[in-house]
Amino acid sequence: MTFESHEYDVIVVGAGGAGLRAAIEASRQGAKTAIICKSLLGKAHTVMAEGGAAAALGNADDRDGWKVHFKDTMKGGKYLNNWRMAQIHAQESADRIRELEQWGAVFDRTPKGLINQRNFGGHTYPRLAHVGDSTGLEIIRTLQEKGIHSGVDIFMEYTVSHLLQNDDGTCTGCVAYNRVDGAMHAFSSKSVILATGGITRCWSVCSGSWEYTGDGHALALNAGAELIDMEFVQFHPTGMVWPPSVRGILVTEGVRGEGGVLKNSEGVRFMFDNVPDMFKGDHAESEEESNEWVRQVVAGEIATVRRPPELLTRDVVAKAINKEVAEGRGSTHGGAYLDIASQRSPEEIISKLPSMHHQFKELAGVDITKEPMEVGPTAHYVMGGVRVDAETQESTVAGLFAAGEVASGLHGANRLGGNSLSDLIVFGKRAGEFAAKRATEVEQPQLDNADIDAAIAANLAPLAREGGENPGKVYDELRDMMQEKVGIIRKEAELESALEDLKEFATRVGKTNPGSSMIYNSGWHQVMDLTNMVEISTACALAALTRTESRGGHTREDHPEPDNGMWSHTTNVIRKIDGDIVINQEELIQPPAELEELLDRVKKED
Amino acid sequence: MTDVKMQIFRGEEGEGEMVEYTIGLDEGMVLLDCVHRIQHEQEAELSCRWNCKAGKCGSCSAEINGKARLMCMTRMSDIIEETPEDEVITVRPMKTFPHIKDLVTDVSWNYEMAKAVVPLKGPEETDWVFSQFEAERAQEFRTCIECFICQDTCHVLREYRKFDEFGGPRTMVRLANFEMHPMDQEDRIPEVKDEFGIGYCNINKCCTDVCPAGINITDNAIIPLKERVVDRYYDPIKMIWRTITGRKLRT
Ligand SMILES: Cc1cc2nc3c(=O)[nH]c(=O)nc-3n(C[C@H](O)[C@H](O)[C@H](O)COP(=O)(O)OP(=O)(O)OC[C@H]3O[C@@H](n4cnc5c(N)ncnc54)[C@H](O)[C@@H]3O)c2cc1C
Ligand code: SF4
Ligand code: SF4
Ligand code: FES
Repeated sequence: MTFESHEYDVIVVGAGGAGLRAAIEASRQGAKTAIICKSLLGKAHTVMAEGGAAAALGNADDRDGWKVHFKDTMKGGKYLNNWRMAQIHAQESADRIRELEQWGAVFDRTPKGLINQRNFGGHTYPRLAHVGDSTGLEIIRTLQEKGIHSGVDIFMEYTVSHLLQNDDGTCTGCVAYNRVDGAMHAFSSKSVILATGGITRCWSVCSGSWEYTGDGHALALNAGAELIDMEFVQFHPTGMVWPPSVRGILVTEGVRGEGGVLKNSEGVRFMFDNVPDMFKGDHAESEEESNEWVRQVVAGEIATVRRPPELLTRDVVAKAINKEVAEGRGSTHGGAYLDIASQRSPEEIISKLPSMHHQFKELAGVDITKEPMEVGPTAHYVMGGVRVDAETQESTVAGLFAAGEVASGLHGANRLGGNSLSDLIVFGKRAGEFAAKRATEVEQPQLDNADIDAAIAANLAPLAREGGENPGKVYDELRDMMQEKVGIIRKEAELESALEDLKEFATRVGKTNPGSSMIYNSGWHQVMDLTNMVEISTACALAALTRTESRGGHTREDHPEPDNGMWSHTTNVIRKIDGDIVINQEELIQPPAELEELLDRVKKED
Repeated sequence: MTDVKMQIFRGEEGEGEMVEYTIGLDEGMVLLDCVHRIQHEQEAELSCRWNCKAGKCGSCSAEINGKARLMCMTRMSDIIEETPEDEVITVRPMKTFPHIKDLVTDVSWNYEMAKAVVPLKGPEETDWVFSQFEAERAQEFRTCIECFICQDTCHVLREYRKFDEFGGPRTMVRLANFEMHPMDQEDRIPEVKDEFGIGYCNINKCCTDVCPAGINITDNAIIPLKERVVDRYYDPIKMIWRTITGRKLRT
């Protein structure tokens, strides 16, 4: 099979916020840079982000600063975060946001004319720079516009299928195919940055796009890199639940940030009764206090009372909704009621949450200025991913970097809302910078044709199959299985059975029949995605089985409490050895004394 | 579950035919759900683009019953109601752009246009100060999801094929965004007139009517840009003002 060859200093796989920011930086440092992405430019998952990007600018409340942001991020992550990443993120995100403004982003303003900031779960002060409820669109469009004027080559609608490595394991490039015409391409590159986003398509109720099939996670795993924290999956508490065809589509946390309240079928605001010990005393304890906070915030005053319990971290709110439904107090279609209509005027709702208003009106026939929304948990974000060096974002494989959702460490066991968009620009920049630096230090890799041929043969194999299942069927069943057995509440027997099922899925994927066309063949593309989904679902189920406690985005019915012992300072590390996925545990490195002082953690170990 | 029939264009590079499918319908389904159902149950190879399934990414544009719209925001209940009883629902790719396969077209020209527009040029210092009111003038244009439905609909491109002379409504929206950005220092009027050929637009508002982001393309982007072109090239007082001060006179 013929292929086209290319040579670059830096290849960035992915054109979301992380990939674009990385490419801009690499190019700025003088590296010959290309981006490869599965969709058209500007359509990556980042475009869907709604609420905002967290950065301690201190524009809306000058008590804020990096130290408070660091503390909040660590607390939200239940102290399993990589402390150094949390520190860098808190320190650098404000500058990255200011830079976006100079590149054309038009954020909402404070009365003084500066970038405005909104409240979000787990953030002590209003901290999210935002544009209504379409912040992701603003960020991706800004970066895209900067990127196309930065001398970066862009290969859009290409899928990277394999990483290439030399004998000592160093990453030397990748193989990709053009989704439009099926042509194969080999890229030699001194550095490769994975910025492929997440894995949430592995669940049938999810907020993600078709791209979220864990490609980067799987590419790294197969190259011998380490993945960490794969058990931690964020189920966002508020996805749409009705009608069935929109189940899972996100309802931004901004609704609660703007004063929206959660009620059960009895009209009770159940979050008051669901405050975990570690957050006791941080939130309003009565409806009066809570309403006063909303009043102050809406009036643009500095809040002097505590925030509503609806703004607890996502893991807490998701589990509370789950409990209400399980105990028979759910909404008509099995969720909770999210009510902003009783809290804010129709004009305010339309101006602050325009896309939510539109989304419910068009897709569910609900007017959110008059009626409550029905919401329930949806698979939203993966905290786990490629283990990287905090400063450089290099993985445990030389020459292979990772940034954005595909990388891991910053968020620990649970990510705070808004900390992803800032993650993308802080660590995207760093990845670009250090990947470019590496490119000045190493020679252009010579690729081995045998490796390229093997990759191409694997890519083409499905097209030659006769008979076999429609890949779409296997895809639907895999997602249903993960939803049922590796969902928000997990238990040992189900996780074990999921691991068994996944072996069967792997066999079925190998027999699917996507037809034979190479021209924009959706079925063929899906077979490739499915292979990654099975690998990454396995990594997730295995990590979930191993962690015998409940913490952040991992809840075990058979181990419902957080463990104050070993698991409170232990990380699950996953790697592939001789084709098998293996897991082991490592002691987490603790922050130095001067940072430990900033944390308000309750005593760690009994 | 009731069944619905629809015809979808199948083929490559413009050659092909309308193929009829019967799909089982559940409550609340949108047209994109039907396409997915066909892919998963009948025709794995059927090609379409999509990403967000929530009207935010602008990937899933197609011509449904002859009108360009987002497949993910088109409810089947509305389409069934709109289709006359003796007719079948039709789904075709956007006609203005070169066809690739089934519902997928080559929209790369739009990306070339994006690259041709000079990016924002603001002051060096950070922490820009401007009001929410000023922000909103530019923000309207920044809600564009690049679905290219306006481009598909504009007759200057669709019928007259003026791809070399005219940037189309999406490009006008981008130019208006920068032109009305409170901090932009670039002079854009010459490119609005010459490179992107605003004169080709006859302000019949077809683009505004179809924009899924609700951008008032004609009234808020194109007409103000046209006025600035007129002021610049055909208004003697402002021409003198500019020669003396070297500055744009904002209107
Ligand atoms: C609905 C929604 C709302 C959200 N709201 C917020 C919010 O308000 N604030 C916040 O901080 N976070 C939010 N998040 C999370 C945040 O948007 C994502 O975590 C973040 O955008 C991920 O960015 P990324 O750059 O890592 O990846 P993405 O933006 O997902 O980009 C991934 C890129 O990788 C490419 N890619 C993947 N695999 C391959 C392959 N094999 N070959 C080639 N290319 C490949 C894709 O094509 C794509 O270009 C939200 C998420 C969702 C779903
Ligand atoms: S108003 Fe102008 S740009 Fe819009 S469709 Fe008509 S001619 Fe095209
Ligand atoms: S202006 Fe409207 S119709 Fe045109 S590309 Fe943007 S969102 Fe689509
Ligand atoms: S899939 Fe994103 S707009 Fe339709």
